This record gives sequence, structure tokens and C-alpha cells, in this order.
Amino acid sequence: MMPSLLAPRRQAPSNPGPGRGSRRRLAFPLVAGFLTGFLFLPLFTLTAGAYTLEEFQFSDPAKTEEFRRLTEELRCLVCQNESLAGSQADLAQDLREEVYRLLQSGKSRQEVIDFLVERYGDFVLYDPPLKPSTYPLWFGPLLLAGVGGIFLFLTLRKKRAARERELSAEEQQRLRALLADASTPTKDKA
Amino acid sequence: MGKTLKFLIPLALFAGLVALLFFGLGTDPRKVPSPLVGKLAPEFSLPALGDPTRTVSNADLLGQVSLVNVWASWCYSCRAEHAQLLRLARELKEVQILGLNWKDTEADAQQMLRASGNPYQVSAFDPDNRAGIHWGVYGAPETFLVDSEGRICYKKIGPVEPGTWESELAPTIDLTTRKCKEYRS
Repeated sequence: MMPSLLAPRRQAPSNPGPGRGSRRRLAFPLVAGFLTGFLFLPLFTLTAGAYTLEEFQFSDPAKTEEFRRLTEELRCLVCQNESLAGSQADLAQDLREEVYRLLQSGKSRQEVIDFLVERYGDFVLYDPPLKPSTYPLWFGPLLLAGVGGIFLFLTLRKKRAARERELSAEEQQRLRALLADASTPTKDKA
Repeated sequence: MGKTLKFLIPLALFAGLVALLFFGLGTDPRKVPSPLVGKLAPEFSLPALGDPTRTVSNADLLGQVSLVNVWASWCYSCRAEHAQLLRLARELKEVQILGLNWKDTEADAQQMLRASGNPYQVSAFDPDNRAGIHWGVYGAPETFLVDSEGRICYKKIGPVEPGTWESELAPTIDLTTRKCKEYRS
């Protein structure tokens, strides 16, 4: 595949729907099967990654492992939701070769990462670094959860306070009337 | 807390969210800002397209303002922007246009220039993405505006269209001092 700004979209596999008559009976197994499929999805992506990595051989098994880990953690710029290991884009192959060359020439994991970040930016990292421009990314969710938590706590406390309030004499009387009413069996309720 | 305030706070939060999402609609996730902008152009040295004896390198960038255009014959957007590059080559006497022929074959590249004209002073020939990786190229076309000291003022991702020079590229360079005025990506 040639790299291009307009990379073709992956076509979602069409779902073979059940026949008209048996639609209801088949719905549950279909949904269950679909969800089970999701459980196995990571397996498939791992094998897809391994497929393209076979051509990169190192004499040192530690380097093989480092190469596998690095290409899983680095992101392809053309097919943006794929790692370098998983992407079939032409550019991903070029970058895999570059990572291979760098590791072979004795560069460390950090040096390889720095090499790519210097040229392509933080975008190549699936794990974004902690720095002022990424503070909203790292702390935003915590902040939102915190605000939500405080709001929830206040609301619950208010509700409990309302529940534990003593009933006024008038309310007590009304409550007794209601209870008495409910204990008298009526015909239409049976 | 007044009733009005209780009503206004969620509304304000919602309005903020809508504004954020609306802003997100206008940004293109395929355009990844380059960390090279504002820095000296990466070292490169490649044979010229059609003349293996001539070398194109950083020395070609010095002393003049350059547009370095990454192109390939297989890239449709490059063909689309070709007319604009030809126009800029005609009209902008202070700017030289250099090509970086990227992941292409010599024959196809030459054929395209013969058929549609050649806007480039010279094109560096990079079939194996040797210089491309150092320039952070991840697709074609891409266009770098480089000042006379070899510093990158602007990186345009995607095709140069009518008005691109005027609205995006030109504001970042001072053509009299031939230096970057600002750095943008």
C-alpha cells in the first residue's frame, strides 16, 4: 500500500443477519457470539503484529524482545490507530526498518524513541509524556472525576438529611391514615 | 445557591463542551504538527533526479528562501498541486522550489515532469525514504518553507492550493531579510 494522506478506510465486515422468521430466536446467540468475539480480539491483533516482524532477526534475543516492544508502543502516522508493529502501511515498514537499524547499531530503547520523536513529534508515542501541554490530558479526567465526586457527595448528604428529618405532627397523622388505609384489603386489588 | 444559578451552571458547562467539540471538528487529525519547525533543516545529501553526478544537500538551501516540496508520481494530490507549484515558480522570483522526490521510481518521476512541466530548480531523488525519515515526512505532498539560513519556517501538510502561499506560507517569511518571521506548522 502506498502512503497517502487519504489512506483507504477499512471496510467493516458486513454482519450476516439472520432470516426473517428466526430473528428473535437468533438474536441472543448472535449478540453473545459477537461479544465473545471481542474477548478474542487482542489475540488476533497480536498475531497480525507477529506476521510482519518475522523478517527482522537479531542475534540477541533481548534485542528481539526490545524491537517487538518498541514497535508495539510506537504509532504509525499513516494508519493512525495502528502501531508500527501492526500497520501494513508502507511508511510503517520504513520506520520498522529504521528502528531495526538503530537497534542493530547498538542504540538504546530511549535513543530510538528520541530519534522518532525529534522527527515526527510526540504523536508517534502511544504513551504521551507528562509535560505542561499534556497536563489536561493526564489530569483532566481526575479533575472531572473529583468534581463529579464532590457533587455526588453533596447531593447524597442533602438527600440523607431530608430523609432523617422528623415528621411534623400533621405529617405523622397523615402517615397513620395512609397505613391504616393500606392494611384494609380492597376487592379490586386482589 | 439561587435557582437561576443552579440552572445556569450546567448550561454553561454544556456550552463549553459544545464549543470544545466544535473546535475539534475544525482540526484534522491527519495533520500532525512537525517538531522540526523552527529548527535547522535536517542534514541530507541525495543524488539529483535525472543527474546522479549532482548532489542535492543542505548547501542548496543556504542563501535563498526555498520551498522544499515532497512529491511522487504515484501521489494524486501531488499532481493536483502541480499547477500551483508551476505558478509559484513563475511568479516568486525570490523563492526557489526544490523537490524531494519521495519513494518513487526515476522513470515515473521523469515522465511526470515531462508531461506536466517542471517547477523545481532541482529534485532530490529519495526512493528509499532515506532523507524523508529525517525530515519527518509521513505522506505526500508536504511542503517546507525554509529561510536563507536553512531554518524551517512552516510545514504545509497536503496539497498547495490557490491561495496557500498567500494565506499560509508567505506570512511566516520576510522576503527582504530572507528570514523566518514566525514558526508555524
